[in-house]
Amino acid sequence: MAKITYIQTDGTAVEVEATDGTLMTAAVANQVAGIEGECGGVCSCATCHLHVDPDWAERVGPANDVEEMMLELDDDYSETSRLGCQVPITPELDGLSVRVAESC
Amino acid sequence: MLKSTDHCIIVGAGHAAAQLCASLRQHGWAGRLTFIGDEPVLPYHRPPLSKTYFKPQDDSGQSPELQWIRPEAFYQDHAIERRLGQPVESIDRDAKTVRLGDETLVYDALVLATGSIHRRPPIEGIDHPRVFSLRTAQDADAIRDSLPEAKHAAVIGAGFIGLEVAASLRTLGLGVTVFEMADRVLARVTGEATSGYYEALHRGHGVDLRTSASVSAIRENNGRLSLMTGDNMACEADFVIVGAGAQPNQMLAFDAGLDCDNGILVDEHNRTSDGSVFAIGDCCNQYHPMYGTRLRIESIQNATDQGKALAAVLAGAPTPKIGLPWFWSDQYDVKLQIAGLSTGYDRCIARGEPEPGATFSLWYLKAGRLIAVDAMNDPRSYVIASKLIPKGAEPDPELIADPTQDLKPLLTSPSVAS
Repeated sequence: MAKITYIQTDGTAVEVEATDGTLMTAAVANQVAGIEGECGGVCSCATCHLHVDPDWAERVGPANDVEEMMLELDDDYSETSRLGCQVPITPELDGLSVRVAESC
Repeated sequence: MLKSTDHCIIVGAGHAAAQLCASLRQHGWAGRLTFIGDEPVLPYHRPPLSKTYFKPQDDSGQSPELQWIRPEAFYQDHAIERRLGQPVESIDRDAKTVRLGDETLVYDALVLATGSIHRRPPIEGIDHPRVFSLRTAQDADAIRDSLPEAKHAAVIGAGFIGLEVAASLRTLGLGVTVFEMADRVLARVTGEATSGYYEALHRGHGVDLRTSASVSAIRENNGRLSLMTGDNMACEADFVIVGAGAQPNQMLAFDAGLDCDNGILVDEHNRTSDGSVFAIGDCCNQYHPMYGTRLRIESIQNATDQGKALAAVLAGAPTPKIGLPWFWSDQYDVKLQIAGLSTGYDRCIARGEPEPGATFSLWYLKAGRLIAVDAMNDPRSYVIASKLIPKGAEPDPELIADPTQDLKPLLTSPSVAS
């Protein structure tokens, strides 16, 4: 079980408890605004762009190569940008906070 | 624009219908909303059916389950009524009703999101119970059920579905023979270099790929299926999958007297020839301003975008511009991403060598303008192209053709300013 906080683009927070799936599937299941996951989670559409709280960046880890290429030219790219579908939820992520990208 | 007392009925329960429901509620419209699907399950992600759905999950060995587009709680929380496993039989536009079984439902706005149906070529034996199509979860389950006993599968048609299924089955260890009528794979949607890339990829994985090969008959012999090309026995298989393209599911609209021509004809607001009836997704045909022509697009992006756009129309919100078509296909370890539509191109530029597994992209130009890019294991080219195409950019062909050159400067070069 991990508790994840998503900050939506209007500044409101959605707190989610999830045991499996990814940061994208947990967001869609809990109706986090702006996270679409149109491709179903195969790193093809970039509609689940999140900024990881910098304090958590090391624990969440960097984007993989394909993911990085999908993200790097995004208008709202940051050093902690990730695609939610590429981040599996694990107990270690309990307490994580992520911000939904403006471009979503 | 809908009133809060209106009843909006959606016929269909695929990607377009699910998106329309979500977007209508996001816009704050709180009227009565019902969707009706002929499949017995909630809207689910369809693309995995030909890709990951056959493959047992890593740890448990269990088959993957359907992936819901939205969880059941979403529909409950937003008071979205579901009628599943109930095909709509007819529409009465004068009375503004739809009929399903003994029941008649009254609508104020009707949305047709009926998708597409597979083509079944007129081949002797195509109705054999082990000749499958692949459109629904039920189709995929039927294929999955025949896997444990099977050693060899035949695939008719080398479009995206056919090739994705071939890759999935080959990865599971089955022998696979693919028959394609045209002289190359993906002939309808890509240029020759992309076709060549995929032909080499599949042959490299041991697929027996036969182009310019028409199956004339499928006959059962001693429990196996023989596929004939002309008078020759071309291969034996335990089952056959037909991926011979799709056509719009427009019968309901046609029978109701709505204008149809390769899809239900809609205007820029997805309105049909009846002002109270709309159509979205694979089933409709709409003018695309970026390509200057009417198009019927079969894709997730189109279904989702039209769902969003129609929600804005119905909720009285500003409508988003019609966006760039995009597609993807995962086969073996190659990710194909396509930005735009290449139809009508007059020049094709290869970036890299089309060797299986390599980073390669094919850029399509029309009168100097970039109209589409196929990117294989090359998300960077895909992302750059999807920014250039909507701007009507005319990128320098020499720069594109040189894979050692960074393409990012194209995004700020004067040719983009047009």
